[in-house]
Amino acid sequence: MLIETRPYKKIHFGISLGLTVFYSSAVVIIPLLGLFFHSLGIGVSGILEVFSDNRIRSALFLSFSVGFISAIINLFIGFLFAWVLVRYDFPFKKLLDTLIDLPFTLPTAVAGIALTTIYSQKGIIGSYFEAWGIKIAYTPIGIVIALVFIGFPFVVRTVQPVIEELPKELEESARCLGATPFQTFYKVLLPELWPSILAGTGMAFARSIGEYGSVVFISGNIPGKTEILPLLIVTKLEQYEYEKATSIALVMLLTSFLFMFLINLLQDRASKKLS
Amino acid sequence: MKKITRISTLKPTISAILCIFLSIGALSSLAAESTFLHVSFDPTRELYEEINKSFLKVWKEKKGSEFAIQQSHGGSGKQARAVIDGLDADVVSLALSYDIDSISAKSGLIDANWQKKLPNNSVPYYSTIVFLVRKSNPKKIKDWDDIVKPGVSIITPNPKTSGGARWNYLAAYGFAKRKYKSDEKATDFVKALFKNTSVLDTGARGSTTTFVQRGIGDVLITWENEAKLSLDEEKRSGKNTLEVVYPSESIKAETPVAVVTKTATEKGNLEKATTYLEFLYTKEGQSIIAKHFFRPTDAATAKASSKEFPNIKLFSLSDLGETWDSAQKKHFADAGVFDAIYKTQ
Repeated sequence: MLIETRPYKKIHFGISLGLTVFYSSAVVIIPLLGLFFHSLGIGVSGILEVFSDNRIRSALFLSFSVGFISAIINLFIGFLFAWVLVRYDFPFKKLLDTLIDLPFTLPTAVAGIALTTIYSQKGIIGSYFEAWGIKIAYTPIGIVIALVFIGFPFVVRTVQPVIEELPKELEESARCLGATPFQTFYKVLLPELWPSILAGTGMAFARSIGEYGSVVFISGNIPGKTEILPLLIVTKLEQYEYEKATSIALVMLLTSFLFMFLINLLQDRASKKLS
Repeated sequence: MKKITRISTLKPTISAILCIFLSIGALSSLAAESTFLHVSFDPTRELYEEINKSFLKVWKEKKGSEFAIQQSHGGSGKQARAVIDGLDADVVSLALSYDIDSISAKSGLIDANWQKKLPNNSVPYYSTIVFLVRKSNPKKIKDWDDIVKPGVSIITPNPKTSGGARWNYLAAYGFAKRKYKSDEKATDFVKALFKNTSVLDTGARGSTTTFVQRGIGDVLITWENEAKLSLDEEKRSGKNTLEVVYPSESIKAETPVAVVTKTATEKGNLEKATTYLEFLYTKEGQSIIAKHFFRPTDAATAKASSKEFPNIKLFSLSDLGETWDSAQKKHFADAGVFDAIYKTQ
């Protein structure tokens, strides 16, 4: 039941702000600061030295490139999924809608093992490609597939509500004014959807470069070839080299943060342009 | 716009706060309940489940009291790090003495001379590194020399992330060093070995899965107990696709145990912890160990189970003129031999 009340009292605000600050410090801010100071132990030159290693550089390149490729794939697949889910009715639609959240909740190691089983040379799909001379598991292609799997709900779930909110009049008037379906989509709908697509893709990308659980199973972890950055962090930890580990983590964190920041900026600009 | 709110807004806030207090209370009572904690590495889970049952029976007969033993299993290095970071273990049993040395050096929780405190350098059981191949051995793999031949696909975990994999590596390196009497040739040998390696999993179990379940590779380099466990699993599910091959020589993979003196003393568990580890050396403990495919150190038990454990030539780390510290620095640390192998490829 909805009733009218007075505006929130200050005391409510005090408690909720207090709890928010407490939780964000305990769970997010303090650990991140710890990470920051831990890696400062070896200084900027130390961090640069860590990244002068060829193996780390090739992992850096691999992580970011497969992350980027999978984010682009997710942009298209995710958008398509969201579009189909909103605009069409078909049997088992609710089930599909629920399944999309699965990568959010499934332990990523389970996803990794399942994907490797299917895509390895002896797997159902992998053996088919093997006959054509294409290896999927234990190559960067396998990593991209794992990343597409864990990343695509981000795009779907960010774009879906925006498509739902699109006013029908927009499309109708565009069509009435003589626009072709493609023109309507490209000139009228896409500018509205663009900010959310960008946001979803950005999140999928940021998630991809940090992904460990699903990737270590399918990548084969060959140094210089299929070794990802998070694996190198684990490697450094295994050698008790906390500072080197945290400095790799720090570089990943900063890059992700920078990327998210840029996306937000672009998104802001896009939505301002609209209004 | 009018401010509208649900009347029940406040209730969730109160119950949320209550929940927080309750969960903190539950967590702290959980912590208080963890009386005796044994931190170990992955493949010993089943072994210690049985050891614990037998030990607690013996303890009750002797002391008349009961207590519960909690087990924690994971990668050896990860477990060592957890203890360093404050996991309050009373005893540890890990894959390499290097990990226990690290706990001792980095936290001081374990005495520096821990290895002298129990019989046989604190090693109650050991294992060795063998090959698992496909049934009827299609690639005719008999010894280490056969797996570095071109066209053989090897599965082994990554020595950078797996303690067990370091034993695999050192077994191959040691074999070549003893055969060719040269460090350089031994390095070339492991280089050839990793050139043939198609998948480097992060842990030993991962490699077993890749080889056994996915059917990838011609040979899995693995611990003897892990190989026997795979055969056992196959037997149980009525399959017969694998064979164990014993090389002419392999390494003695010594897996040590230690009391975490400082923690155990603080928790009042020192006597329990010491008796527990001593139990591993008793007849009863040793026969349970043999049952779980680890090699017992007690001569009589070893003799009784000699059918299970073929007599192959074993060399130890010290036979190679190495300690864990020197081996770690030379082979596995940054810019060590293992890194160099992949740099040149």
